[in-house]
Amino acid sequence: MADFILFNSYLILLFPLFSFAIIGLGHINSDNKFVAKFAIAMSSLSLGYALLTTLAYLSQPKHTLLAYDAAWLNFAPGLTANLGMYLDPISVMMLVVVTVISLLVNIYSVGYMKGDRSFNRFFALLALFSFSMLGLVTSGNILQMFVFWELVGVSSYSLIGFWYEKPSAVAASKKAFIVTRFADAFFLLGILLVSFYSQTFSFQELNSPSTALLLKDAGVLTLGTLLIFAGGWGKSAMFPLHVWLPDAMEGPTPVSSIIHSATMVVAGVYLTARMFPLFAASETTLFVIQCIGAFTALFAAVIAITQMDIKRILAFSTLSQLGYMIFSLGAAKVCADGGGHHGADVNPLGFSAAMYHVFTHAFFKCMLFLGAGAVIHAVHSNDILKMGGLKQLMPKTYWSLLAACLAIAGVFPLSGFWSKDAILLAALQSGHTVTFLVGLITGGLTAFYMFRFFFLIFHGEARSHLHHVHEDPWMTWPIVALTVPTIFAGLLEHSFVAQVLPPHLGETGHFAHPAWLPWLATLVAMTGIGCAWLLYGEGKTEKAAALQKAFGPVHTVVQNKFYVDEVYLFITHKIIFNCVAAPIKWFDRNVVDGTMNLCGWLLQVGGKGVRLVQNGELHLYLGATVVGLIVLLFLGK
Amino acid sequence: MTLANCVALSLILCAIGIFGMLTRRNLLGILLSVEIILNGANINFAAFAHFRAADPVAGAVFPVFVMAVSACEIAVALAIIISMYRRKKRLDVYRMEELHG
Repeated sequence: MADFILFNSYLILLFPLFSFAIIGLGHINSDNKFVAKFAIAMSSLSLGYALLTTLAYLSQPKHTLLAYDAAWLNFAPGLTANLGMYLDPISVMMLVVVTVISLLVNIYSVGYMKGDRSFNRFFALLALFSFSMLGLVTSGNILQMFVFWELVGVSSYSLIGFWYEKPSAVAASKKAFIVTRFADAFFLLGILLVSFYSQTFSFQELNSPSTALLLKDAGVLTLGTLLIFAGGWGKSAMFPLHVWLPDAMEGPTPVSSIIHSATMVVAGVYLTARMFPLFAASETTLFVIQCIGAFTALFAAVIAITQMDIKRILAFSTLSQLGYMIFSLGAAKVCADGGGHHGADVNPLGFSAAMYHVFTHAFFKCMLFLGAGAVIHAVHSNDILKMGGLKQLMPKTYWSLLAACLAIAGVFPLSGFWSKDAILLAALQSGHTVTFLVGLITGGLTAFYMFRFFFLIFHGEARSHLHHVHEDPWMTWPIVALTVPTIFAGLLEHSFVAQVLPPHLGETGHFAHPAWLPWLATLVAMTGIGCAWLLYGEGKTEKAAALQKAFGPVHTVVQNKFYVDEVYLFITHKIIFNCVAAPIKWFDRNVVDGTMNLCGWLLQVGGKGVRLVQNGELHLYLGATVVGLIVLLFLGK
Repeated sequence: MTLANCVALSLILCAIGIFGMLTRRNLLGILLSVEIILNGANINFAAFAHFRAADPVAGAVFPVFVMAVSACEIAVALAIIISMYRRKKRLDVYRMEELHG
């Protein structure tokens, strides 16, 4: 029975694909109610089958298995790309996360998108995204993953630009697509490089120690892994490729919730985890991963403090949390002089902590976005200064979001506390003190900006005229449902640490677990919440405004996101467009086109000349024939 | 009658034919000139068959073929000429310039 379920696990993907095909091809103009029911039914089936698969997976002893494997592309003898369903702890976990969130977001969207004239298109695209994401997490080889990787990119693009009448949405979708495509180009190069030397695409073989040795001998291990990580760099929006994520908030809020916080953006983390044994073979790669993750975590948290747009705060918070996951993965390697280890240099805690944070973060961040969507729906504005006093009007949302904010701030005993604790512990054990401190400080900042967000929305007096604010049940119940994993996912910590391990790591050492760490983390989080309460607790902004004035230019720089966007614009418009694109354009227009035009002109002139001979006079033709014949006769001799 | 005489005759006929083809204005005249050229060629065939070939019959077959083909050609050409005459009421080739490029 279990074998049968596992063998047919590709059905998890087929339900959303079917939903996309039926809605997208057959029912784009149908009744909204039917489409909503159909989409919800399909994602429920997908979730149901994902849960069955999880049970079947847990009931069998193997750590990783290819539940389904079929030849797909035969490049050369010995180099084949298969289509497969790769099941291991992280892919099974992602299957559950993606299907649960997909179902809840589908339900939520019925309320959120009510009355939108592209209601059906939205559900079709959402189903396409679920399909692509599920395909990405279950890919058995890197080429298959790349295909789905691009598919999630496309669905993200079309959902960010969903309201294509809005120029800002169109610009944001283009930006997201170009930035991630830029990174994906390196990803593809990395795939080519690694598969050229290792002669395989399959993750199982790529992750084996022999492949790492082979690549190391060829001298391409660090380069190849860094190139592959570059794909995740763009998708998970690490600095400096993070610029697309805040802009992606132009899409409908359910999209931000599922794609740009809970699932797609963790694809980079997932990729790193998927290929972790190979990455871990190169110390440089892991070090780069760790640095970039830690930097992004802190950088984004600082920006999030100053943002006024409710969704942008959450976007920067997502960036910061992604940074946590990435540096946790990087911290799985113990540096030479640190940690209380005995002989082993790989600490699997960093790996399982990152995956655990992916799991918990998906739920509470999804919920925060859904809550933000409900608030936006009620207030018709994204500006937190126009909100306030929503506690009485939206009590269910208030209490649910309180749980989510406490979770992301890392307050005991909510899920975020456990995963953050595990990450900090991993950072501490790895011996990278700077990374640990960055993680700790970022935790405090996270608590601060999340509660700034929370108090400004819900507490105090309403700062703008609110009319007929109500909680739509379609939108409220998914939010309430998400409180369950947000609060209780902490119970899974032990199974994650014990089960979610990278394969082929061999001997791992014993690491100390200092008892003061949870207390310290909680203290930092409480300080953050306390500061937020002092400044914004009554829903007032006066104290904050005074503080803001005191900081002056620093605040301006931070609020403008350190001018990274402007730097990009400067580089692209001023330098690349003027110094590279313009000369190339001139060369293309004048030299390349000129050569072509010259050929055409010559032929035209020649044709005009030859045409004169063809004057319709029979005598001339006959004479020419005779002369030609005579010439041929004499030439023949 | 020698081979040289026959070849000279065929050459003269061919030259007359080509001259007529290039100078006649009338389509019928051109058609007659073409026939003269063909007959020049026929004489050539027959002469070489008679004087040189091991089996004269083999060479004599070719003029018969040529005559049959030219008869067909004449039939087609005359049909074209007649229909052209019906349309234009004249057969002056200098006036037939519809095919110029």
